[in-house]
Amino acid sequence: MTTCRSGEAWSGGGTFVAPCLGDRYARFRLFLAQKEDGSNTLMSSLMHQGRATYAFFERNWNLTRRYWAWELVWLVYNIVNAMSVTYIGASAQLLTGTKIDTSFLILYLLIGTSVWTYLSVTFDGVTDIINMERWEGTIEYTFMAPISRFTHMVGSCLYAVAHGLLFTFIQLLVVGAFFHLDLSHANYLTAVFMLLVGSISFIGFGIATAVLPLLYTEKGMQMSFIVRAVILLVSGVYYPIQVLPIWMQPIARISPATYVLEGLRASLLHNQSIWSPEIWSNTWPLIITGIVSIPVGVYIFGIAERFAKRTGRLKRNG
Amino acid sequence: MAIDNLADTQIIEHMVIDPTKDAVVIDGVSKIFKKSRPLLRWPRKKDDKSEVRAVDNVTMTIKRREIVGILGANGSGKSTLIRILSTLLIPDTGHVSIFGYDVEKDDRMVQQLINRVSVEASFFKKLSPMENLIYAARLYNMPTAEARAKITSILVRLGIKPDRIGRPLENMSRGMQQKVAIARAFLTAPIVLLLDEPTTGLDPRSKIDVQHFVKELREVHDATILITTHDMDEAEALCDRIAIIDQGRIVALGGANELKRAVADRMGRNEPVTMHEVFMHYTVAHLITDDDIDRYGSWEKAFEAYEAQKEDENDGE
Repeated sequence: MTTCRSGEAWSGGGTFVAPCLGDRYARFRLFLAQKEDGSNTLMSSLMHQGRATYAFFERNWNLTRRYWAWELVWLVYNIVNAMSVTYIGASAQLLTGTKIDTSFLILYLLIGTSVWTYLSVTFDGVTDIINMERWEGTIEYTFMAPISRFTHMVGSCLYAVAHGLLFTFIQLLVVGAFFHLDLSHANYLTAVFMLLVGSISFIGFGIATAVLPLLYTEKGMQMSFIVRAVILLVSGVYYPIQVLPIWMQPIARISPATYVLEGLRASLLHNQSIWSPEIWSNTWPLIITGIVSIPVGVYIFGIAERFAKRTGRLKRNG
Repeated sequence: MAIDNLADTQIIEHMVIDPTKDAVVIDGVSKIFKKSRPLLRWPRKKDDKSEVRAVDNVTMTIKRREIVGILGANGSGKSTLIRILSTLLIPDTGHVSIFGYDVEKDDRMVQQLINRVSVEASFFKKLSPMENLIYAARLYNMPTAEARAKITSILVRLGIKPDRIGRPLENMSRGMQQKVAIARAFLTAPIVLLLDEPTTGLDPRSKIDVQHFVKELREVHDATILITTHDMDEAEALCDRIAIIDQGRIVALGGANELKRAVADRMGRNEPVTMHEVFMHYTVAHLITDDDIDRYGSWEKAFEAYEAQKEDENDGE
């Protein structure tokens, strides 16, 4: 039998008064109160995590603004690099002396440089979750804050994607002005779709790579550059992966960049729709990679964080 | 001057705090760091010390609303202990709880209750104090408008002019940056505040401001404060109890007067000793016992003998 106690302490912070109307009714009220309290807690928790997500987004935007000179440097560097590579396509006929569809080659290479800019800016943004905090010395404060690591990563990754998209868009505008681009066979919707699906799987890779600077306080950043360089080599950024040595081609199939590039080229050069078999053959590996790599990346990061806390590696560097 | 609305902050809305519990319980905590060796070094030296015992079986309880100071030489384990309490390090042995929440198992709960100031002001230096503190406030679930008002209030109170609040931190002096670091910790109105040499680098007036602020945080917000410092006057002025840590071990714990009396008795003096002398007594190369005093003739002579011995050992290394 329930003992009725007015003003019983309630874990939700308020006060729960159990009325003396019998055991069942009291339990029902208790259940409702618990449910209400539970949803309040959930709402409050969601609001907290939302605020924290925005905190990372806003912080990174503020840093981009304050380091505007470096942003400009990288933008100019990427534009010049993209133009240099694309001019190789424009000069192909002159170089070989045979008749070549240079419009196709120009667009092929431009897609490669643009996608690579987007993916590398996004990848850097994600791996910088740790690098930047180590450099600035704020890593301990971020890891001491009452937020989930998932929130920390979502906030940083959202900014990385937005930053990458903006960066690539500006680059495309500038480089596009120097070439006559034949976009008569382009399917823009498919192109945007491929880029977004690709971003998700690339974020998972980025999160897993961010473990390196967490574990190796000094050499982690260099290691993440090596990972990025290998992705550039094997993903067919400037050439079809079929030209790679046989032993290297399976590695290309692991890289999400390979599928993004193949899908984008199919959409912009051959007008393939989202539902076409050619796009689908590149979409499903990206979806699977995304579904697998993000939770696995977060899980690996969690293990690495615990290891770092055991060995005292959460400290500033630089 | 009171801190505006400090007690109103609801960062622990859905947590249950039992005020009858001890604020901090440290039970047999040890932390050993293994030094990493170069992979290609061969042959390895036999006398290589591959382990550093940073914290050695520390047991200590801090009551709610208590201000406890930790004094110790550089490398004595003060900061490691603070990092363990801050959920940034996992102890090898022992347990630490804050208001009953285990720092390892309930780390998220603990993080809502604590904040910390470290000896170096760690910020995004290109950002302004306001941008840095708004970022911190959002991580601790504070609404922006409320945070802005509170940030301005605390920073002005700490002597930072309002026109400096929006300018990059890199243009501020180290002392000013440290004040912003202190403001970041006070902003979230923590129930347990961990201060790791917070006043290092501050001018005397700023030190006193911070000390008043710390006391006020206890009075207004019922905060419990653990502070490490090299400033003996600060420890004496601020702390209810002082722990002296040497080579990772707590070698003395008590009120300032209690410690002074104990050391004066040990030294055979009738007049009271200073906190400086208390510190030297407990952190000397070898703790001076009655036997040492008998052997060398006085406490001072024993102290000098052991310090000379320590210097010889250091020169030998």
